[in-house]
Amino acid sequence: MTMIATAESGGIALNGISLTYNRKRSTVSALQGIELDLAPDDFVCVLGPSGCGKSSLLNIVAGYLEPTEGTVLINGNEHTEPNAQVGVVFQHANLFPWLNIAKNIEFGVKMAKLPRAERKRRVNFYLDLVGLGQAGALLPHQLSGGMKQRAAIARTLATEPRIVLMDEPFSALDALTRESMQMHLRRIWLQTRKCIFFITHDVDEALLLGRRILIMHPNPGRIVQDFVNPVFVPEGEFSFSDARGGQAFAELRALLISQIANGSGNGS
Amino acid sequence: MIAQRKPHRRGKEKGNAFYLGISGLSVLAALFLWWLAARNAWVNPLFLPSPSDVWAAFADIAKEGYKGSTLLAHIGASMRRIFIALAYIFVTAITLGILCGRVRWIRAIFDPFVEFYRPLPPLAYYSLLVLWFGIQDTSKIVLLFLSGFAPLFITAVHSSSSVPIDRINGAKSLGAKGWRLYVYVILPSCLPDLLTGLRTAVGVTYATLVAAEMIAAVSGIGWMVLDASKYLRSDIIYAAIIVMGIIAILIDTALRLLIRRVSPWVEH
Repeated sequence: MTMIATAESGGIALNGISLTYNRKRSTVSALQGIELDLAPDDFVCVLGPSGCGKSSLLNIVAGYLEPTEGTVLINGNEHTEPNAQVGVVFQHANLFPWLNIAKNIEFGVKMAKLPRAERKRRVNFYLDLVGLGQAGALLPHQLSGGMKQRAAIARTLATEPRIVLMDEPFSALDALTRESMQMHLRRIWLQTRKCIFFITHDVDEALLLGRRILIMHPNPGRIVQDFVNPVFVPEGEFSFSDARGGQAFAELRALLISQIANGSGNGS
Repeated sequence: MIAQRKPHRRGKEKGNAFYLGISGLSVLAALFLWWLAARNAWVNPLFLPSPSDVWAAFADIAKEGYKGSTLLAHIGASMRRIFIALAYIFVTAITLGILCGRVRWIRAIFDPFVEFYRPLPPLAYYSLLVLWFGIQDTSKIVLLFLSGFAPLFITAVHSSSSVPIDRINGAKSLGAKGWRLYVYVILPSCLPDLLTGLRTAVGVTYATLVAAEMIAAVSGIGWMVLDASKYLRSDIIYAAIIVMGIIAILIDTALRLLIRRVSPWVEH
């Protein structure tokens, strides 16, 4: 399967990332020798059994976790601490409960000390982008789970980061809401062409959304597959249920599930 | 025949008004018992003056004042001491408490002293405070400050150290750092807890008030109780205690309303 050629300028590069924990008698290798280049407009989905280190990898790219070895380069500069260049959307919306939705979205732009007019423009733009134009004055606890997660996505996008990391952002939602959120996210990506690094354990979700798919295996945590999603639809909206019914989709799903299961099976 | 039952939620079938009504009736019943006990002289009137005697005493001190000052002036003197102490407590306990909750070594500096003085009964060190700060209001305010500081400080430490890590990380990824992280994220996260802690602090300072006004005071609602007891004026003692109780309920209610207003997302 082919590798994506990465743009040297504006992209994200992970060079030789390793993460080891020292236990009493042994060292645990959570990640080993991760090499990865992401283009500035990529949509990368990361699949893998639990314990394969995908969340650790996200935490390292975000700057929350220091790797034992290796560097994260963003646009050529080393990224060591969390900042607004790398946006993060968590599994739970994680909004500030004391701020209304508009103010939550404004938070990052306010931290960036942008002028008032630009702040307002961004808030309105991103509220509309995620379809919450009417909900700006509501407090987070007044919103449904899906709306909260959309607000969280808008809040992250509003700072216009170079890359958005998403850690199973829809896994806590019910099936119907999840599908509508996936459609929202696809539309948002088509409009913004923002680099998205999306962790999921849902193979369908990865096949529907990802332009590029990574599969990770544990012990030690590493990338075992890195390929362009052959069933990816490059432009426009499409029916997710039709796509799921396609034969190529079904075969690929079965293949990926068996590959992921391989990883969780062999222990060494 | 099967009995018909209206569907209703178990447990919470009555409105608040119902329970308020029960509380009101319970108070009325107590007043009636009091009146009955005084009227039939079940108890020595020195221990239990009749409600009308207490009301007359209240009307008298409200109109004529007590020992040179009006009732309002006595209440004002007490409230002044309490509110000056609370203002200092609010600023210092919250600032120091949040810092101690977030930075381990700062906490290590202050912990031994707070833990040492916290369980001491305020009267144990009051005479020392009088030596240091004189017999005027300063020593009383310092005593109230010390008694109310510990509960709010401990609340602030606990609350700021348990702010969810995802919320802190998320804020950092939106560009918040340094003092802005404290002002815009940590402080508002702790605010509901801090106001609850303030309620505890108010209770403790209020309880210490009578002790504070025992030494060298000529004003204050607490002093009034102690002075009246010298002359066995139990009618005044009862009247003053009822006034103290009502003021405490008013302050607490105001704080509860404030909490609900600033943190509508917290279940009360």
